[in-house]
Amino acid sequence: MLSAAMVEQIVQIVSNARHTDLYFRLVVHAPQIAPLVQPGQFAHVRILPLKEALLRRPFSIFQVAGGTVSILYKSVGRGTEVLSRMRAGEELSVIGPLGHGFTLPQAGGETPLLVAGGYGMAAMYLLAERSPQKGILFVGGRQRVDILCEQEFRALGWEVRVTTEDGSHGEKGVVTQLLAAELRRPGARRKLFACGPTPMLRAVGQIADEFQVPAELSMDEHMCCGVGVCLACVIPVKAGGGWEYQRTCTEGPVFDSRQILWEAPR
Amino acid sequence: MHSRFFVNLSVQIGKLRMQNPVTVASGTFGYGVEYARLVDLNQLGAVTVKGIRLQSVRGNPTPRTVEVASGMLNAIGLQGPGVDGFIENYWPFLKTLRVPTIINIWGTTVEEYAEVARRFDALGDVGALELNVSCPNIKEGGAQFGTDCRLLSEVVAACRRATALPLITKLSPNVPNIAAYAKAAEEAGSDGLAITNSVPAMAIDIETRKPKLANVTGGLTGPCIKPIAVKLVWEAARAVKIPIIGMGGIQTAADAIEFLLAGATAVAVGTANFYEPQTALQVIAGLREFMQRKDIGDVRELVGSVQAK
Repeated sequence: MLSAAMVEQIVQIVSNARHTDLYFRLVVHAPQIAPLVQPGQFAHVRILPLKEALLRRPFSIFQVAGGTVSILYKSVGRGTEVLSRMRAGEELSVIGPLGHGFTLPQAGGETPLLVAGGYGMAAMYLLAERSPQKGILFVGGRQRVDILCEQEFRALGWEVRVTTEDGSHGEKGVVTQLLAAELRRPGARRKLFACGPTPMLRAVGQIADEFQVPAELSMDEHMCCGVGVCLACVIPVKAGGGWEYQRTCTEGPVFDSRQILWEAPR
Repeated sequence: MHSRFFVNLSVQIGKLRMQNPVTVASGTFGYGVEYARLVDLNQLGAVTVKGIRLQSVRGNPTPRTVEVASGMLNAIGLQGPGVDGFIENYWPFLKTLRVPTIINIWGTTVEEYAEVARRFDALGDVGALELNVSCPNIKEGGAQFGTDCRLLSEVVAACRRATALPLITKLSPNVPNIAAYAKAAEEAGSDGLAITNSVPAMAIDIETRKPKLANVTGGLTGPCIKPIAVKLVWEAARAVKIPIIGMGGIQTAADAIEFLLAGATAVAVGTANFYEPQTALQVIAGLREFMQRKDIGDVRELVGSVQAK
């Protein structure tokens, strides 16, 4: 019954700087949390200088190196805007690692095909790094600046196929088109792992059904406590012949695509 | 330097003995076990669990919460495992704790409240039952019992007949005269009161012109409601003799002390658990430090000691 290992820690910012035109990369010294991190898990961050907005912000964990943990984020609201102005040496409160992450591919098992939309790419890095089998990363964005860590995946020896909606980088189109094209080719058994906006995840789920391949999807829901008590981040999931709301912070964020109901039945 | 003399923090609500006056608010702490990795639960005055009715409850559609200035709105809809699911999945852990469990219960009829009370009475070892008559986010049950004095009396009396466990009635802030409701609960046999629940509220997305919650309206909680809750506790405390657990936006020991001065015998930390799970323990430490600094030997000396005309 006890939850998975998690720690609350006041951490020091090692660096916090622009990673691309749109994204910032935050590195914190979190020696208690770092060794526990599994691919697909998240960190729940309390931005201490933020006063009127009280809640923590969840961020997918991007990289782990020694005692440090890093995340990629975009300045989209009050929380991330304040975060983007914080400097090395300043402190944050972090609870982590949280959530049920991706299943690590096995050597000699299905070939992993990773599918990322925009910011979802950050959540998949550890999976690629720790997978004993290299595969292909399919990544899509609206424009070139949305493709945030292509080189990091290439450096791991992974093949990266890029699409942008405006054609400014890689192929013009959406990422699921490239994925479907790959699955049409005869090949070894394959498994999909995806993180990105919900419409993309839903399309990946449909492709998985169509091609009869397993898929693990990391669901992005509005979160509050992050540890399973507030029941804010639930999604409808098949259970025992019917369905129930399950928590993306605890049973997820990663779910088997066949379990997900994309709309709550009435 | 102030003296470091022993201070008595223990309080009593009916037969419920608490080693200190700090618990957690129902719905903000799950069933305790979720926080067991982060918080030493045995340091709390009591663990108060999320509301339970007879059957399991699926809860409301999403979005269920939205952050607002100095607080949040929620409309979860009391999702929960029901009595049997709770006893099977959560009670074995809670039973191992050295501190009492307060079980928050609700129903859609007076008889259901009483039946849930009977089921928990049979369990043994339950610290107290908290009657939730004030949840704003469900269609039947909850607030309808808490905003009608006669129904409130009926629910409390039915539960009183069903169990010898201490009963704590959790009152709605959404009434014109909380003293009348406090008195009604006391006269019907409640051993204590919990004041207050979330405040009915709403938020709108100006781009889409849609409510931010799927349930349209929800309950406002967090530091922004604290002054409302302090006033309700103060008004109720002057009307009844039974002890009150004060709650609403507590983040610090200072906040908790305000509630004690207003007349609460104990307090509960709610929304703050979501962003700082250590809050209840920090409140306990801060309260002890305050009493030592002020040479107050017993926390009960603080209760209701506000000097208001």
